[in-house]
Amino acid sequence: MPASSKFFSSKLTLGYVAWWLVLISIEAYAITDAFDFSWVVALQDATTMIVLVAVAGQIMHNSVRYYQPSLKRSFQMIAWSIALAILCVVAHRFIVTTYLLPDNQPYLTYLAGSYIFRGLFIWIMISMMGTISWIWFYFQDQRASESREQDVIKLAREAELTTLRQQLQPHFLFNSLNSISALAGSRPEEARKMIQQLSDFLRGTIKRDNQQLVTLEEELNHLYLYLEIEKVRFGHRMKTEIEKDEAASGMMLPSLLLQPVVENAIKFGLYDTTGEIIIRIRAQAKENELVVTVENPFDAETTQPKQGVGFGLTGIQRRLYLLYARNNLLTTRQEGNQLFITEVTIPQKA
Amino acid sequence: MIKTILIDDEPLARSITREYLQAYADIEVVQECNDGFEGVKAITQHKPDLIFLDIQMPKINGFEMLELIDTPPAVIFTTAFDEYAMKAFEAHAIDYLLKPFSKDRFDKAMQKWKLQQSKGEQPAKLLTEEIRQPEERNRVVVKEGGNIRIIPVHEIQYIEAYDDYVKIFTLKEMFLKKKTMGFYEQSLNADQFVRVHRSYIIQLNQLTRIEPLEKDTHVALLKSGTRVPLSKTGYTKLKSVLGL
Repeated sequence: MPASSKFFSSKLTLGYVAWWLVLISIEAYAITDAFDFSWVVALQDATTMIVLVAVAGQIMHNSVRYYQPSLKRSFQMIAWSIALAILCVVAHRFIVTTYLLPDNQPYLTYLAGSYIFRGLFIWIMISMMGTISWIWFYFQDQRASESREQDVIKLAREAELTTLRQQLQPHFLFNSLNSISALAGSRPEEARKMIQQLSDFLRGTIKRDNQQLVTLEEELNHLYLYLEIEKVRFGHRMKTEIEKDEAASGMMLPSLLLQPVVENAIKFGLYDTTGEIIIRIRAQAKENELVVTVENPFDAETTQPKQGVGFGLTGIQRRLYLLYARNNLLTTRQEGNQLFITEVTIPQKA
Repeated sequence: MIKTILIDDEPLARSITREYLQAYADIEVVQECNDGFEGVKAITQHKPDLIFLDIQMPKINGFEMLELIDTPPAVIFTTAFDEYAMKAFEAHAIDYLLKPFSKDRFDKAMQKWKLQQSKGEQPAKLLTEEIRQPEERNRVVVKEGGNIRIIPVHEIQYIEAYDDYVKIFTLKEMFLKKKTMGFYEQSLNADQFVRVHRSYIIQLNQLTRIEPLEKDTHVALLKSGTRVPLSKTGYTKLKSVLGL
């Protein structure tokens, strides 16, 4: 039991023992002072009693460890402590009258008059120990369940991030393979180049760590690979423009965050219009934030304005929320009737 | 000469089909199309015997394109969709080729087609009711004269049955489409559209009032002022959807 072993760590044990010694001395002093008994008599009385109280307290402590009553059922503990207190008084009387001071008449008279006071004192001591133990174990439990809860959250978060990241569209993969298959017949050199690009892209996707932060530079390099592949497929109607602030290059962002945003913009742009499209990607450094905007054309006449981010971006929004606990890091807006803009904000560590 | 048309938004994807077709001396590729719009035009113009059709394409997908053609030619789908999705319409096309596909697999599809042709069988009619794509929940594609129109579903007021067709009423216009009420009852979002009568589906946000007509019968008053009759079950359904 880690809880009780902590409770009885060496320092605590020392304090515990010292506490009882102090109590013994105080009680003995009180008896000599108030009733004029010799130190020997007083110490025998006090030691017997305090040892009994200590034992009862220990019993109380163990009871609370294995059975933590709710506040409503605390009367059980009160009854139990009263019973223990009475037991202590009886045992004390038995020990001192039978073994220690059977013939000391003045002491026996004093003892007979002190039962109630003695019992009350013992009961208060026992209750106090019970209460302290109860609080102690209560917080132990609380802390344990809290850390468990955090573990669960952390695990869930990791699992979720993995899935979100692995939502690499199989479509993309199979269509790329199909392009390679087409090139292999007529332009084998290009086929080989595309295999290389696709491999580099996939390797980049697989090897990255879940919560790893990478520089914008690295992320853009990964993005170029992706765009090169998409251009083999859609080069006849798609152009891309990438702009970045010099200051933004070294800024950090979660790995593989931009590619799905751009993928979404490309899909949206390609499938919502029939003409040529330009995808613009712009990375700006703002104070303590990296802001990346991705622009794609769309057709306002046939695409209904959507609530929220929509368009397959919810996964990315969710990922940003899990990492930064903020809900406003991914926003979308329409500019005029033809441009759809996705904006991703990544807070930088100061 | 057997005429065929290739419809795919990726030129490279078309080139592979074209390459495989070189082995078939009796087949001529009369046109290649980048999207469904071009596809509809080309099919109307050339009346091909066979088409190779991609599914995910700009503006309208392959299924929506087929809906716009009165007598569709034989279809072989070429797509990167996964097999599971493809199973749904396996029975309704000559064949489907999963990209990337081999020459052998391609030849098999061609054999299937030739076999069907020699038996004089009509290709099984596409039952697109079963194979809706997610984007089809948000739009309806119709032909208006020679033009293709895409109607976002939020513009639809109500849909009325009309023999083998349905009339789709937006605020400004009406479009005819060869579809069943059952198709739209299933494909449109049930939170948004309710079939209130054997012959009517209304969009809920168009509804302003439910009025009693005679004993036990009701009509729905729409924002445009149109009154749509409610059947008994339609009335009950409408009330439960509205939480009344």
